Amino acid sequence: MIELHGVHKRLGNRQILAGMTLRVPKGMNFVLMGPSGSGKSVTLKHVIGILKPDEGSVQVDGQEVPTMSRAQLMTLRKRMGYLFQNGALINWLSVADNVGLPLREHARLPKSELDDRVQQVLRLVKLDHAAAQFPPSISGGMKLRAGLARALVTNPEYVLYDEPNAGLDPIISHQIHELIAQVRDDLGVTGLIVTHSRACATQCGDRIGILEEGRLGIEGTVDEMVRSDHPLARAFLGGGAD
Amino acid sequence: MNPLALLGRFATTRADSAGFVCDLLLRTALHLPRLRRRFRFLLDTAFNAGVRSLPVTMVVAAFAGAILAMQTGIELRRFGDTAVLGTITALSMCREMGPFITGVILAATVGSSIAAELGTMQVSDEIAALEVMSVDPVDYLVLPRVVALAVMCPLLTVLSDLIGIYGGSVIAEHNLGVSPTLYWISAREALTSSGMLLPKEVYVGLLKAFVFGIAIATVSCAAGLRASGGALGVGLAVQTAVRNSVILIIVLGFIVTWFFYFLGG
Repeated sequence: MIELHGVHKRLGNRQILAGMTLRVPKGMNFVLMGPSGSGKSVTLKHVIGILKPDEGSVQVDGQEVPTMSRAQLMTLRKRMGYLFQNGALINWLSVADNVGLPLREHARLPKSELDDRVQQVLRLVKLDHAAAQFPPSISGGMKLRAGLARALVTNPEYVLYDEPNAGLDPIISHQIHELIAQVRDDLGVTGLIVTHSRACATQCGDRIGILEEGRLGIEGTVDEMVRSDHPLARAFLGGGAD
Repeated sequence: MNPLALLGRFATTRADSAGFVCDLLLRTALHLPRLRRRFRFLLDTAFNAGVRSLPVTMVVAAFAGAILAMQTGIELRRFGDTAVLGTITALSMCREMGPFITGVILAATVGSSIAAELGTMQVSDEIAALEVMSVDPVDYLVLPRVVALAVMCPLLTVLSDLIGIYGGSVIAEHNLGVSPTLYWISAREALTSSGMLLPKEVYVGLLKAFVFGIAIATVSCAAGLRASGGALGVGLAVQTAVRNSVILIIVLGFIVTWFFYFLGG
């Protein structure tokens, strides 16, 4: 379970998080929405230990992330996947090499077993045909799917998704949303999803929280949030949203 | 704003950058035992560094040697002592000019490229992606680059020295009337008079090149890793990398010369 309690974070002169409290139970996709610059990605970076809070607690399975040693943090990160906005693939590695990178670095697998695992996740994200291509020559949607494959290749318990459909057309976005839901349903992966997209929130989410002034302004199940009259819920999930 | 506060902020920023570079160098050294895992990448980087800077290094070294011979030869001719031209050119190239030229060219070509590459990776979240995969960017990105330049800078310096001495010989023969045989004999004697297998002039020059290679790679990696703010940040990182590398080449060159020729006797 991912839990944040009263997290405060200031970056430069701006207070980004101000008492952020959040709870993501296992096996669930929690969608975090909010205006640009409201601290959604900052929240993800606290969970994976890239940022440390000025105040408050960030826990994964009861372990306090900010006080972890480098070795403990590396162990935790091996149980987590992170999908960046643009996939964040290494440009000089092929798609297959990008996807296999975490396994090559950490798992002592025979090459054949490693290649099989890479092919397996590439098939899952429907990208097995592009295994030999390089990031600069593939589309934004393919980069995201490759990023998702890389996040899943180590069989993580948690995946953090940072704007998984940013800049994608509705058809590709829909495919990505289906994949995220499939990852939860078939692999039992817990997801924390940051997005502006109503479609993403309603198609992949179990619960939705909307940030306001550095903390969750409103939170509920997808149905509750879609039906809510709260101005934040109307703004992000109402008929005019997306 | 208060000038003292400005000075304080400037000093803090500089100290912070210097601390980051020193920390990066130390962490790179600690990762040396893992170099075997990065061997393929090390070879690629070394090949790129060598090939990319070889032509320009050769051209600059040839002209530097020629200019050195020309300027020195003008004065020596007044005293009728052009016979020592080979000695002076060889010693100057091996002690100072060869490592300096190679270092500056590597800073401008390879150092800038390292800063741009790592800077782009930083601003496009690729470095963060490595970190969340528990892949240490120092081990994966910095270590092979530092070792590659530490190896390639001395190798290129040997070539620079030879081409520079050759450039001097062309001027000596055609403009100053020094016979090639005399020029090369005096150059060889200057470099072998100590009787050592590797004369001091050569090994001090190569040590300088080794130090320059490490400094250029570390400073350039540090600039790239600290880049922020998109394309503008990458541009600033490249500027910082080249500027700091050139400053360090001059300062470290001075320190090594002082240590070996004044402190050590």
